Amino acid sequence: MEDFYRELIIERYKTPHFRGVLDPNDISYEDDNPACGDHIQIDIRLDEKGIVTEALFSGEGCAISQASADLLLESIIGKSVDDIKELSKEDILENLGIELGPVRLKCALLPLKVLKAGIYGIGEAEGSD
Amino acid sequence: MAANITTGYDVNKVREDFPVLKREVHPGVPLIYLDSAATSQKPNAVIKAMSAYYRHNNANIHRGIHKLAEEATFAYESARDRIAAFINAPSSEELIFTRNTTESINLVAYSWGRAYLKAGDLILLTEMEHHSNLIPWQMLASELDLTLDFIPVTPEGLLDLDIYKKQLEREPKLLGITHMSNVLGTVNPLNEILQAAKSAGAITLVDGAQAVPHFPIDISKLAADFYAFSAHKMCGPTGIGILFGRKELLEKMPPFLGGGEMIKRVELRSFKTNDLPHKFEAGTPAIAEAIGFGAAVDYLSDLGMEQIERYERSLTGYAIEELSQISDLHILGPGIEEKGGVVSFYIKDIHAHDVAQILDSRGIAVRAGHHCAQPLHTKFNLPATSRASLYLYNTRQEVDQLVEGIQKVKEIFA
Repeated sequence: MEDFYRELIIERYKTPHFRGVLDPNDISYEDDNPACGDHIQIDIRLDEKGIVTEALFSGEGCAISQASADLLLESIIGKSVDDIKELSKEDILENLGIELGPVRLKCALLPLKVLKAGIYGIGEAEGSD
Repeated sequence: MAANITTGYDVNKVREDFPVLKREVHPGVPLIYLDSAATSQKPNAVIKAMSAYYRHNNANIHRGIHKLAEEATFAYESARDRIAAFINAPSSEELIFTRNTTESINLVAYSWGRAYLKAGDLILLTEMEHHSNLIPWQMLASELDLTLDFIPVTPEGLLDLDIYKKQLEREPKLLGITHMSNVLGTVNPLNEILQAAKSAGAITLVDGAQAVPHFPIDISKLAADFYAFSAHKMCGPTGIGILFGRKELLEKMPPFLGGGEMIKRVELRSFKTNDLPHKFEAGTPAIAEAIGFGAAVDYLSDLGMEQIERYERSLTGYAIEELSQISDLHILGPGIEEKGGVVSFYIKDIHAHDVAQILDSRGIAVRAGHHCAQPLHTKFNLPATSRASLYLYNTRQEVDQLVEGIQKVKEIFA
C-alpha cells in the first residue's frame, strides 16, 4: 500500500538520473498507457557492437512508471540488444522492489514495453505485458 | 463553514440502505466511496427487486400467455412507465431500453444519422463531451463525410455561448451536448442552449448520464429531441439504459438492430416494424435489469430528487471549500453555482495515479485518469486528474477523510 512508495521510487521520480532526449539516436520509440494517459519515450545510442552506451527517457506519468523507466535505463547501460530482449516483468519488479496489482503493473511495465518495441520494431514487443 | 441546511435528509439512514458501504476494503479500513460518477452503489431495494424476479417471475416477456410471462411483461413495462414518470416524459413509448447511455447515442447516430445526414452536413458537439458522445459522431462523420465542430470550453470550465451563437449560423443538423460534464462537473444551461439550437433548425441530443441521477429532470420542458442516460449511475444495475426520443422522430427512423420483438409481421424477404418502443428493442432484453432500474427510480423518488439535489449541493460546496485550502491543489471547472457533485483536481508535481493509490490505502475510492474525456484533458494540458464524485450517501466526514488523505499524499511526495 503506502509502503510501495519506497524512498527509492519517490527519489527517482523527483530526481531521475536518465531523463531527457537523445538526438541523434539509434533507437527511439514511444507509447501510451490508454488507461491513464501515461506517455513514455525512450531514446538509445548503441556502439558498433550493439552495446547500449546511452539511454534517456521522456514523457510524463505517475511515480511508478517514471521510477520504473529510470531504473530500467540504469540497468541496460553496457548491455547488448540481445540482453535487453531477455528482460522480463520480474526484472522490473526487482528494480522497484515492490509487489503491484494488475492496474499499477501496467504503469510499471510501460517503460519495458516501449524499450522492447523499440528494439524489436513496432508491434513485436513480446512478453512485456 | 456553511451550516447544514439540509433538514429532513438523514444521510445515515440512507447509508443503511447500501450494503456495500458496510464493508472494509483493507483490514480495519472502511470503504469511502467517492467514485459514483463512474458507477453508483446499489440499495437493497434494487438488489431485492432483481433477485425477486429471478426467484419468482422469471420468464421471457411479451407474446407469452402463461402466468409467469404475464408477470414478467408487466414488471418490465411497469418499470418503463415509472422511469417515464420519473423524467416526466409525455409517454412511455418514447422510452427505449438500451444497454447504457453509450448505446443510446450510438442508436441515434446509426439510425437517425444514417437516414437524415449527408456529406457536408455539420454536427455540433462540445469540447467537454465524454467519449460516448464523441466517437459515435467521429465514426459517422468518416462514413458519411460530415463536418464536426465543437462549442469551446472556457478556462473556467463553461461553454462559450458567444461562439456557440456564431456556430449556429452555420446551421448544424445536430447538436450533441452533455447535460453535466463528468470531469468539470459543469451543469450546462441546457434550456437556453437547446432552444437556440431548435431555432436554428438543429435536432438536439443530450447526454444525461451525469444529470438524471442527481437532480430532477423534466423532459417535457426541455427542447431535447433525444435524451440518453444509464441506470447504473443512479442506484440501478449495469447493462440497462434509456434513450428518450420524440415520438415523431422515432416513428420515422429506421430500426437499429433487427430480430425478434422489433417486428409486427415477417415474411421470408421482408418485414414490417413493430410499434414504438418495441421497434428499437430487438431480441430478449435485460429484463431483470429493467426491473432493477424501475426499483432504482422508485428509491430515488421516495428520497425525493429535490432533497437529493439540495443535499449534494451542500456537500459539494463543503468539499470545494475544504479542498481549496490545500496548497498546490487545483480544482477543475466552475464554482458551486454551476457545478454538480464532481470534483476533479490535480496536485502540482504529483501524478493522479499516485494520488489515487495512496488514497486507496486509506479506503478512499477516487478515479484517476482522463475519465473518458481525453480531448478535454489535452485542452487543459493535463495528462490526468483525480476525481472525487459525490452522491446521496456520502458524508462530510468522508470529505474530511479525503482531505486528510491528500495531506498524506503530499507528505509522501514532499
